[in-house]
Amino acid sequence: MAGEARNIKLRIDNVKKSYQGRTGEVIALNGVNLDIAENEFITVVGPSGCGKSTLLNIIAGLLDATSGAVYCNDKKVVGTGLDRGVVFQQYALFPWLTVKKNVMFGLEMKGIKGKEAEEIAMKYIKMVDLEKFMNHYPKELSGGMKQRVAIARAYAANPEVLLMDEPFGALDAQTRTQLQQELLETWEKERKTCFFITHDVDEALILGQRVVIMSARPGRIKDIVDVTIPYPRNQATKMTKEFLDLKNQIWSQVYQEYLEVRK
Amino acid sequence: MKNDEKLTTKLSEKNQSRLWLLLSVAVAIGFWTLLSVIPKTARCFPNIIVTMKQIPVMIMRGVLWKDILSSLISVGAGYLLGFVIALPVAILMAWYKPVRNIVEPWIQFIRNIPPLAYVPLIVIAAGVGRKPQIIVITIATFLIMCVTIYQGIINIDETLLKAARVLGAKDRDIFVRVLAPASLPFILTAVRLGASVALTTLIAAESTGAFAGLGMRIRSLNNNFETEPMLLYIIIIGIIGITVEKLIKILERKLTGWQEKREI
Repeated sequence: MAGEARNIKLRIDNVKKSYQGRTGEVIALNGVNLDIAENEFITVVGPSGCGKSTLLNIIAGLLDATSGAVYCNDKKVVGTGLDRGVVFQQYALFPWLTVKKNVMFGLEMKGIKGKEAEEIAMKYIKMVDLEKFMNHYPKELSGGMKQRVAIARAYAANPEVLLMDEPFGALDAQTRTQLQQELLETWEKERKTCFFITHDVDEALILGQRVVIMSARPGRIKDIVDVTIPYPRNQATKMTKEFLDLKNQIWSQVYQEYLEVRK
Repeated sequence: MKNDEKLTTKLSEKNQSRLWLLLSVAVAIGFWTLLSVIPKTARCFPNIIVTMKQIPVMIMRGVLWKDILSSLISVGAGYLLGFVIALPVAILMAWYKPVRNIVEPWIQFIRNIPPLAYVPLIVIAAGVGRKPQIIVITIATFLIMCVTIYQGIINIDETLLKAARVLGAKDRDIFVRVLAPASLPFILTAVRLGASVALTTLIAAESTGAFAGLGMRIRSLNNNFETEPMLLYIIIIGIIGITVEKLIKILERKLTGWQEKREI
């Protein structure tokens, strides 16, 4: 990390996850080790089936590791916790709540009620530029707007770490680019530690300070690439030689893994 | 200006559907009249005027209001009881695997048996009168509502539960603030399907030696080949059915208008 002495926010310590499959034990993750610094933006790429979502669910506390452990602020993760927020690919908005009420959900769970909760919610609804839609139900929103609400909801609960599971995977290319841009701007302002999963190498590179490449079956970390391109980054960054070189380097490794999975 | 245009198209849309409904009713009456003049069907389909004239006749006989009231009491009580039992059973089935594995085959088995088949057994056990009527309707409505609610609950999107948990929701919050609202649409669908089953089970239920009731009256009129009041009673059952369904649909729109997709 360019010589900076930074606190370790998340420590993934020799995490292994196996399932009892029909034909015996299936190893989803095998010996994953990774330290994530405070304020760091980590992106994870890998073919589907490499266990990247499983890893995120273990960090979130939604799944238990078979062995090994995850530490957040040196505290072992047991179950979900408000120090870790999650943005899911399927938005996961509560369809019976308006945009505002969705964003307020986590606040109310924390015991923040009434005006105070509303004010915090409005701050984040403004951040994602959806004030006009605060009283709308999710069904009235486009996919991109829904994901913005989900991001606002995660931010409003004020976690120390944001875990994002292919959040832009279901969106069209234009919307995805726009949301990447917004996420970058927000991250530069708030500097929340981000753990972002994607299968899109461009996305991994434009967002992350480090790109973790995972290999499949069993899932483990294959390589970690430092992305030295400075922020602020934007669409023009994608045309620079530095970006393209890194893209080639990562892409060939990911593609190799993809071929492995096909076998 | 633009708003005005929107309003007029919206209004005319509503008027249009009303017009279609009116047309549909008119065609039905036309068809009915046709049946009333064709010699082969004339006997069982007296025309609309003759049928409607049966309203005062049946009131004079002192049975119409009694029959409607009696049926509504049986249907209402059985249906309510069916719902009160179905809701917790469905939740238990969705929550606990052993309950599901043991109870679900029973429900699937009994569901395919026409109620008329087991009515005699219930009469033997519970005697004649109101009690067996309510029991039959309770059983039939319980089965359909339990299956519908249970299916709904197990199909609740799991990421919603995950999202609630990562936002700090405890088990109680998840039950009250996620599972309950998420299952409401299925509960209302169950309520609607249950109402329909309650009415279609009426004839079977009132074959238990009832003293009054729409279903009982149809059977007794049938014994005297009185097709005119019979047809009136059949239409009354239909009108009650569609009214109840419409009311529940209004409730559905009010309570679960937030849904992405509607209608089952």
